[in-house]
Amino acid sequence: MITHLLSAADLDRDTATLLLDTARQLGAALSGREVKKLPTLRGRTVVNLFYEDSTRTRVSFEAAAKRLSADVVNFSAKGSSVSKGESLKDTAWTLQAMGADAVVIRHPASGAAHRLAQWVDGHVLNAGDGTHEHPTQALLDAYTMRERMGRLEGLRVAIVGDVLHSRVARSNVLLLNTLGAEVTLVAPPTLLPVGVESWPAGVEYDFDAVLPKTDVVMMLRVQRERMTDSFFPSVREYSRRYGLDVRRAGLLPDDALVMHPGPMVRGMEIAPEVADSPRSAIVEQVANGVLVRMAALYLLLSGEKGAGE
Amino acid sequence: MADRVRNTPEPSRELLSEADIGRVVDRIAHQILEKTRGAREVTLLGIPTRGVPLSVRLAERIRSFEGVDVPHGALDVTLYRDDLRLRGARPLGPTSVPSGGIDGRRVILVDDVLYSGRTVRAALNALYDVGRPLQVQLAVLVDRGHRELPIRADYVGKNIPTSHSEKVSVLLREVDDRDAVLLAGGEPQKPSTGGDK
Repeated sequence: MITHLLSAADLDRDTATLLLDTARQLGAALSGREVKKLPTLRGRTVVNLFYEDSTRTRVSFEAAAKRLSADVVNFSAKGSSVSKGESLKDTAWTLQAMGADAVVIRHPASGAAHRLAQWVDGHVLNAGDGTHEHPTQALLDAYTMRERMGRLEGLRVAIVGDVLHSRVARSNVLLLNTLGAEVTLVAPPTLLPVGVESWPAGVEYDFDAVLPKTDVVMMLRVQRERMTDSFFPSVREYSRRYGLDVRRAGLLPDDALVMHPGPMVRGMEIAPEVADSPRSAIVEQVANGVLVRMAALYLLLSGEKGAGE
Repeated sequence: MADRVRNTPEPSRELLSEADIGRVVDRIAHQILEKTRGAREVTLLGIPTRGVPLSVRLAERIRSFEGVDVPHGALDVTLYRDDLRLRGARPLGPTSVPSGGIDGRRVILVDDVLYSGRTVRAALNALYDVGRPLQVQLAVLVDRGHRELPIRADYVGKNIPTSHSEKVSVLLREVDDRDAVLLAGGEPQKPSTGGDK
């Protein structure tokens, strides 16, 4: 097993499959029980280090750690020494002194998780670094697809929208490719990153043409907070060309799945009717997130590294 | 929990043949029926890997002897083990508790080998997080001794006195290619820290 979970590229097929299988067994072990808690990580400390706003991911990691009986310390940049000017390295040393067994980090700078992994002894889990990666999101998406569609091998997945600013897209492309799915990116040329042709994914600009050949469509939020330029003429035009409305959802095969990593902007990239339809897996994605993060914490923390501490 | 398929490269002695295992399972099924007065309120929970097929076999035997349908399932204990920090992360086994749950049931835990007793300790803790059974009993195919905890089995297929350096392998058709109980080793090696079979 790996020491840190920094990038979806670190996961080979066996490790990724082990993570997904473990998540599934955890779900089975916890279902219908009186006590929704496992003693596995009793006495271990997991620090949630969040430099960026997040509800879903932080709560999900917190719930995952608590269900495994770990102690959780939440550390958010607002109201901490970070707002007084403390550097990431000094914060890392503080965490080190506190004896954190695992650090979950979300940071606006790409590569922050990698840097942190060099400074602390504990295991580092990347919960989103800038526009770079968000591996646990990719794992929960892959898990959701596998549960709903029964397979990942040969599954045709379209990732649509703001690929340029999306760490979710990058992690998903890497992981889904490792697991044998065929990924197509659909976006206006201005919202595709430089070098996208080297990614293991196809690129299309015409959303309507892609939909009938798609098993899973994953909509991305347009990250206006990261936009310093104008990437498209107007919200209305973007929504017209790249939004998943009711008409477009009708072009999908009958058993196709609609996903969104959240937070959704209803009416922009996805119509409310589509987001709430039975083919949408958006609520399941959130529930599956806890299982996948439990699996990651279990596999990272119960390894040999803990011995002799 | 052992590997999915057991390979025994070292020379080993067969302690129980396929026919022996069949007879032993028959006997345990009869003992369960006798001790629980017709398997009333009984739920069988197998401990993965090989406790699960054993619990299925026991349920089949009980049905064919007395026509009683006994709910059976699987209870993975990996997350409750006391040696997780000493050894690498282990893959988890399946858990499936029968739909009726275990509240007020006479739960019989089923495993292949009883050794240190640590697996059973973990199973008891796992069980009490699932619900509140009326009673808990333990059925094992082989008891090889060397308990490290105050635990004993209610139903034992065969008592096999062993030394720590020996290795008992249970092979079952559902997981391995055949039914057999093998004893290997005997030459000095470091004593087991428990948990393993």
